[in-house]
Amino acid sequence: MKNTLLLNGRIIDPANNIDATGSILIEQGLINKVFLSPPPASVLEQCEVIDVSDKWIVPGLIDMHVHLREPGQEYKETIASGCKAAASGGFTGVACMPNTTPVNDGQEITSFILAKAAEAGHCRVYPVGAISKKSSGSELSEFGELKQAGCVALSDDGLPVMDSQLMRRALEYSGNHDTLLISHSEEMPLSANGAMNEGALSTSLGLRGIPHVAEEIMIYRDIALACYVGRPIHIAHISTRESVDLIRRAKAKGCQVTTETTPHYFTLTEEAVGDYDTHAKMNPPLRNSDDRLAIQEGLADGTIDAIATDHAPHADMEKDVEFDLAANGIIGLETSVPLSLALVRDNIISPSQFVELLAVNPARILKLNAGTLSPGTPADITVIDPGKTFTYSKESIVSKSKNSPFVDLNLQGKAILTILAGKPTYSERD
Amino acid sequence: MLTQSTNIMEEDYTFNHKHILGLEQLSANDITFLLKTAESFKEISTRQIKKVPALRGRTVINLFFEPSTRTKLSFEVAAKRMSADTFNISASTSSLKKGETLIDTARNLAAMNPDIIILRHSYSGSPGLLARHIKASVINAGDGTHEHPSQGLLDLMTVQEAKGTIKGLKVAIIGDIAHSRVAHSNIIGFSKLGADIFVAGPATLIPPGVNQMGATTCKTIAEAIDGADVVMTLRIQMERQSESLFPSVREYANHFGITPQVMRLAKPEAIIMHPGPINRGVELSPELADGPRSVIMNQVTNGVAIRMALLYSIMGGGES
Ligand SMILES: [Zn+2]
Repeated sequence: MKNTLLLNGRIIDPANNIDATGSILIEQGLINKVFLSPPPASVLEQCEVIDVSDKWIVPGLIDMHVHLREPGQEYKETIASGCKAAASGGFTGVACMPNTTPVNDGQEITSFILAKAAEAGHCRVYPVGAISKKSSGSELSEFGELKQAGCVALSDDGLPVMDSQLMRRALEYSGNHDTLLISHSEEMPLSANGAMNEGALSTSLGLRGIPHVAEEIMIYRDIALACYVGRPIHIAHISTRESVDLIRRAKAKGCQVTTETTPHYFTLTEEAVGDYDTHAKMNPPLRNSDDRLAIQEGLADGTIDAIATDHAPHADMEKDVEFDLAANGIIGLETSVPLSLALVRDNIISPSQFVELLAVNPARILKLNAGTLSPGTPADITVIDPGKTFTYSKESIVSKSKNSPFVDLNLQGKAILTILAGKPTYSERD
Repeated sequence: MLTQSTNIMEEDYTFNHKHILGLEQLSANDITFLLKTAESFKEISTRQIKKVPALRGRTVINLFFEPSTRTKLSFEVAAKRMSADTFNISASTSSLKKGETLIDTARNLAAMNPDIIILRHSYSGSPGLLARHIKASVINAGDGTHEHPSQGLLDLMTVQEAKGTIKGLKVAIIGDIAHSRVAHSNIIGFSKLGADIFVAGPATLIPPGVNQMGATTCKTIAEAIDGADVVMTLRIQMERQSESLFPSVREYANHFGITPQVMRLAKPEAIIMHPGPINRGVELSPELADGPRSVIMNQVTNGVAIRMALLYSIMGGGES
């Protein structure tokens, strides 16, 4: 196999404190060398040279919160289609939530997911196992077995753990297996049957509201329990100002808490619901403009560690219905890069922070051997053209489902080359 | 007769709506036009032969996914008085399975080539969804907790008849504002025509952001009714009690029911309204419901006229 040289790009590798023009030599699927001065002619001669002038070379991006739907709901997405979508969005790794059918609460499903992912080959898949059996919130699942099978974390995403005693036990027991718990924090009695953020808009649309306190109360509980038992916790997809504040204060106190948000929470507000647009229906719901601002502030000051998409594919028939009946969630893998780059253009985050949020920190939180461009590590690399504009048309979507509020919008910034262990999984080079 | 009534409006005005999804989408001019058109139709109901040919050959479907007697009947009577071919389709929402709801029904109805579909549905926003999937005009006959525009219009018409104007009136709306599509349409309609709206009820039933819709929230019903020209009370749904939205019917009646005593705070000539059906002795004392200040029967009569005006106007004033 010929070696590859990514020539003359802007290398942004915060883990190694690099933000400079340079070239990267890939050999045998590993990063062999990073050149910060022009590589010698001998190297150029031996390599397939890819000129990436004016492009960013960053560690392969990792989306730590996606739903791949397989097994059980293959009509929405399969592991193969989801991984292909991930690659075309610039991702080399995704962590998939356990709310499949059946729920990923044991080694059988975990192994199935890993086998399917290996077969597909577009992207590394990191399964997240369930905290409770069937995510039913009553008994702990077998953490040890799940960890051994390859789960990188545990979560009852979508069916949050209501019982505080069970959550406490889960946090305690997670210490034995050194597994991270990811909490979808939601006080269900407060959010029950809600369809959108509660406020003047939900009143005027006649839709049942989900108050922001439903999220915040549970985040507080989860942080309090984690601190009490001295275990780390990761809070999924935060959407409100108070959620950001709670986590900022907990971090200041030294609690081991990390968090993520999604591009839709820093891009959109509840106004996107407009005339009952079900593509603006998700859980947690889109909030108001002050919440959106607070999310941006949390990203800027490092309170929020990661940008994840909560990629939630649904078929047209599940969205083209009455708002109350519509499924929650949107796809996100193919819009995360442009929407996150908008924060860079607006000077809310730096290019290095962009890489931290989408690669370095997800790898750190999930303890993955990824997120850097260090020589000797697998050559998982994303090349981004921050200036490239494109129309996110329905026809262009790689994911099996097309449920996105960003369809037909002109977006700027795109992964043009995704490399997994030295091999391109997505390429827009002519 | 009808052309004349439209000439009362500013000269360049035309009613330009294909669907009636809510009062939110109508301007003050649209509402005034509809009220005037309804006034002229009201006379037809007093004739011996209560029928005009305005919608002859048109097909109107009453599609009701929720039980309703009065609204369905009112629309049916209105359509028949306009000589339209009318059909009633009722389906219980509970029998509908997720994923095969409104759009499937819409596709089936499209085969009948209807001109107007009147939709009552328990989910907010469903008339808009139907409108996007069918060529016919859609009239919202009540959707979830969103709007009930024909009820809002008939209430405006009733007040206008009684008071001569809407502008500057103090209107008190009492009760379950949160779950009442009637209240929502009324708040929007009355504020568009310049009335001052005050709402009161158990705080659990006053929705967030109601002030942004144009209403002032009062702590007590006395505060809301004080000096009011119009007192409208809403039907309380007994099942709200089990959701802890109020402690008991008795407590509700004692603190939020409209009684002759509390009505003394209103203007002497104040009128009493209720969208029906009334829980007599709960939200409204029987002597008030059936007393001289009650305009509840006028509301019912005006309902037919308003619905005739709506059918007529969205069909382009009868032109084919
Ligand atoms: Zn979730």
